[in-house]
Amino acid sequence: MDVSRRIVLHFPPNITGQPVVYRLVKDFGLTFNLLKASVSPGEEGLMVMELSGKQENYDKGIQYLTETGVEIQSLSQDVVRDESRCTHCGACIAICPTLAFSLEPKTRNVLFDHNKCVVCGLCVKACPPRAMISHF
Amino acid sequence: MAKTIAEINEKIRKGKAVVVTAEEVIDIAKEKGVSRAAEEIDVVTTGTFGPMCGSGAFLNIGHSRPRIKLGGGKVYLNDVPVYAGMAAVDIFLGATAIPDDDPRNKFYPGDFNYGGGHVIEELVAGKDIRLTATAFGTDCYPRKKLETLINIKDINEAILFNLRNAYQNYNVAVNLSDKVIYTYMGVLKPNLGNAHYSTAGQLSPLLNDPYYKTIGVGTKIFLGGGVGYVAWNGTQHNPAALRGDNGVPRRGAGTLAVIGDLKQMKPEWLVGTSMLGYGCTLTVGIGVPIPILSEEVLRYTTVSDAGILAPIVDYSEAYSQMKPDILGEVSCAELKSGCIKVRGKDVPTGSLSSYPKAMEIAGTLKKWIEKGEFLLTEPVAPLPGVESGITFKPLKERPIGE
Ligand code: SF4
Ligand code: SF4
Repeated sequence: MDVSRRIVLHFPPNITGQPVVYRLVKDFGLTFNLLKASVSPGEEGLMVMELSGKQENYDKGIQYLTETGVEIQSLSQDVVRDESRCTHCGACIAICPTLAFSLEPKTRNVLFDHNKCVVCGLCVKACPPRAMISHF
Repeated sequence: MAKTIAEINEKIRKGKAVVVTAEEVIDIAKEKGVSRAAEEIDVVTTGTFGPMCGSGAFLNIGHSRPRIKLGGGKVYLNDVPVYAGMAAVDIFLGATAIPDDDPRNKFYPGDFNYGGGHVIEELVAGKDIRLTATAFGTDCYPRKKLETLINIKDINEAILFNLRNAYQNYNVAVNLSDKVIYTYMGVLKPNLGNAHYSTAGQLSPLLNDPYYKTIGVGTKIFLGGGVGYVAWNGTQHNPAALRGDNGVPRRGAGTLAVIGDLKQMKPEWLVGTSMLGYGCTLTVGIGVPIPILSEEVLRYTTVSDAGILAPIVDYSEAYSQMKPDILGEVSCAELKSGCIKVRGKDVPTGSLSSYPKAMEIAGTLKKWIEKGEFLLTEPVAPLPGVESGITFKPLKERPIGE
């Protein structure tokens, strides 16, 4: 049986340089569609991808990732902003890997571009008044 | 041209006072010159809206039948512990308190989804709060246990009393280490991944009155959406901090202790706040009116973001280890551009304090004064200034003898 799942991979700094994804393809015969990556050597990295393949291989691939120290998170369906709780502080701006937040220069309001969001969830806990909400 | 507060109040009563915000005054003074601006303008309003951990509320919940002495007992509001070491039914709810069984950083980094700041927000919003208490029982206060809902509209007093708010200038936090750190300045990404600051800059109350010439004990202010007062200088008040030629501190300097009736405040301006991996706090809205008593007072209010410098501090090492090292200084204008340079690297910036909300506060206070609803007060005592010699001391640890 074939499966295809959208997942978020969090890489600790010590393994961001390793060819982890390459091995997913080569050793486990999986295919992936990279939705977003922010990985630079020596830093914690993040990859959002759709990973597909035979269920058996998929499970082995996930197990391999976990053993390597990669933290796997399944992608929530949607992340939305509760406008009544957002204080437009800006604590989310530099956190979001896809630059989904931006400053409106005149009002200095923090704009949220829902289309740019890949639902990684990083902002959900980083938002001090908890205005970003994830729906599963 | 010197004016007095009494004269300004007379104009406010007649609806004739000229009131502008600390942002508007910058261009007005540029256009008309400081001297004419000082003649025309009566009040400049300021505002700030940021997480302020030194916040809390005193509550008197009224006496139960039979009586219980909470003083010396254990008391919780929505499972958040409150301080009860006072009279029988007075308690203090601190913004950073968290439930006893909160996992904290057991699963690093802790979420800290609910704490004292959130209880304050819900209390002000008029929600029922669950109070649970145990006490030891005395002849005159026989009861040992109390479980009840309380509501702000039923209890005798609810007084917001924030021991340290409205910091005059603040650090810009960065992370030089190679792992993410979770701080009270937000999530800081490794290797200078981001820089977080927390100031309203040119709108900030104490940056517009750098030498505390008008703001003093008794100054009436906008507090949490209602009216409050400056109660004292805040703790860690440090007037001796390094200052620029314009008098504006370049390091954390003055602070305010503020007080006000919580019953007339609004939850939009007292927001329960969670700092991932650090704890809970309260985001507080404060606005201080500055009476334009002289040209000098006006000149200070014309400070702009470009003239406010803040130190860049590494929170992975220098801050936590109490080292004085800074990585340089940066202006508020640069911080607000969205990107600063640190050690030659472009670092994206984010803020913890909300500038749009600070503008809304300064604008609201302006409206109140224009409509004659808010009169200014004469301070009853000044805040300690540079001449006081007060400095901010570290703790000197001494061994406890036998
Ligand atoms: S961190 Fe939260 S409250 Fe602040 S601007 Fe972003 S979404 Fe709004
Ligand atoms: S979940 Fe938040 S941090 Fe992640 S992409 Fe969407 S907006 Fe950005």
